[in-house]
Amino acid sequence: LEYFLTEEQKTIKGLARKLAEERILPIRAELDEKEEFPWAIMKDIADSDLFRVFVPEEYEGLGGGCLDLCLVVEELSRICSGVAVSYAASALGCMTLMEYGTDEQKKKFLPDIASGKKLGAFAITEATAGSDASNIKTTAEKVEGGYLLNGTKQFITNGGEAEIYTVIALTDKTKGARGASAIIVEKGTPGFTFGKKEKKIGIRASATSELVFRNCLVPEENLLGKPGLGFIQAMRLFDRSRPGIGSQAVGLAQGALEVAVDYAQERVQFNQPIISIGVVQSMLAEMAIQVEAARALVYAAARMVDSGAKNVTEESAMSKVFASDAAMKVTTDAVQICGGTGYMRDFPVEKMMRDAKILQIYEGTNQILRNAIAVNLRKRKARTP
Amino acid sequence: MNIIVCLKQVPGTTEVKIDPQTNTLVRQGIKNIINPFDAYAIEEGVRIREQHGGKVTVVTMGPPQAEEALREAISLGADEAVLLCDGAFAGADTWATAYALSQAAVKLEPYDIIICGRQTIDGDTGQVGPEMAEMLEIPFIAYVSKIEEITDGTLRVRRMVEEGHEILETTLPAVITVSKEINLPRLPSLRGITKSKSAVIPTWNAEELGAEKDKVGLSGSSTKVIKVFFPQRISESEMLEGDCETQADTLISRLKDASLI
Repeated sequence: LEYFLTEEQKTIKGLARKLAEERILPIRAELDEKEEFPWAIMKDIADSDLFRVFVPEEYEGLGGGCLDLCLVVEELSRICSGVAVSYAASALGCMTLMEYGTDEQKKKFLPDIASGKKLGAFAITEATAGSDASNIKTTAEKVEGGYLLNGTKQFITNGGEAEIYTVIALTDKTKGARGASAIIVEKGTPGFTFGKKEKKIGIRASATSELVFRNCLVPEENLLGKPGLGFIQAMRLFDRSRPGIGSQAVGLAQGALEVAVDYAQERVQFNQPIISIGVVQSMLAEMAIQVEAARALVYAAARMVDSGAKNVTEESAMSKVFASDAAMKVTTDAVQICGGTGYMRDFPVEKMMRDAKILQIYEGTNQILRNAIAVNLRKRKARTP
Repeated sequence: MNIIVCLKQVPGTTEVKIDPQTNTLVRQGIKNIINPFDAYAIEEGVRIREQHGGKVTVVTMGPPQAEEALREAISLGADEAVLLCDGAFAGADTWATAYALSQAAVKLEPYDIIICGRQTIDGDTGQVGPEMAEMLEIPFIAYVSKIEEITDGTLRVRRMVEEGHEILETTLPAVITVSKEINLPRLPSLRGITKSKSAVIPTWNAEELGAEKDKVGLSGSSTKVIKVFFPQRISESEMLEGDCETQADTLISRLKDASLI
């Protein structure tokens, strides 16, 4: 389909594709096998200015929006979803800052994110707070000289590798979610350490770690916006970041579709390439439909975010749910088409299938998001007489 | 440091066609790329500038479309570009090419270092770099695999030789050609691409270069390609007869006859 991207967006997408094909493709199997954080690739991404895409121009960025970010994530994910999420997590880590931070806070942290010198990360999940994100226990007690953080964050993407963390913690634990606040914590702050690095099914190039805060004193000026708004800020953030997960799914599914088509074209059985067999054609056609429909929905949701629309909860949730379910299905079918070869680790589609699963889980499970969509449907119905 | 990088736009595929009339490359209708070895030259130029300051000027001689290659070089970090373009340049051999490029270098004076790729992937001669040095009467080092040091007016480099490497030192200005071991060329950057789109690239013709008419293009070329052909593939086999010893003796005498042993 024609998505009427601007010249600039085409350039961004083209450059991300070039980078992915030239720099990530040759080492993606190795990154997956070794579960190694792709620092060399992060440097390439930085040198290409792709970290600048989502940062405003006044802070040394290029001033792009949600769609621009999605285009980069899609192209990186087409080759390696683990690399793509490491890039996207840096954006996630500074979006609250971009939306609620003061000029001074932005000046302090954003230029280093834009240049790629430092990575960002966002931390809300805890052992007790997954889908029930309001049930966090980490506290940020107001003391003289700042906030004293105590608690443990779990499953944090870019944990241990990022320098700048946006952490949601309770500045008033008597108020529950209404006592939560967003605070920037820099790596190296005394009392801030990293727990175990998780071993995952997929996106194994990315780092997922615990963040451990033990009497970690953070300066008062690191608080983003007003205290008590942290939970709302986080929910608003996810409304705007979910098309990014959708684009990760689109790229992943696109990559798997391409591998499956190539394989079906080359694989000869019964004296013919299997692509000429009806049942295989039907699968490939279904995969292509899923990929394109997902892309259309993701781009539309991203454009809605960029339009400044006030409420994008439903649309961004739809784009994430649809695209991630599509990615799971498409990658599974890609393995099926590639048969025994596809099941082997020497061939890229099994990795893609492993990488797809997380997309249905993180940044809101597809169940909790369907729930959110349904809640909105009920609300609207209740309002109409 | 004023750095000049010479580059050539070459056909981006292996489908090289030869014009049967002139025996030169057919360039029309083929997607062109920067000669891969020249990409290393651009990268090294940009790295030297990043370390020592100054500017990188890329120069190419070619048809109007060669401007694309210059814009790409700017997206890869070059500061300025010049296109040498004139009907009179057409059909140049390496000597006439080196003449035009060295005239451009004179016009761009003062410069400290001229960097070229070790050879092109279409012509494959590797002659333009050394010929330029000859014409400019400055030192030349080929196959540079590492810049060791640049200090006041001198350049120390490592270069590949068959059984290892040599460390050489020269005064500046000098011409060097670089091999692919020297670096890993960076990808374009978004800001570089933006800059490359709006960059003003001057075109110099033979007159503006102060080039003598009979020294450029076909008339300035002292070599002519008489014929380009694919060598015929011939393979023959012969079974030796007799017992092992006889076969061995026959084989040895055959090899001796063929001066192979």
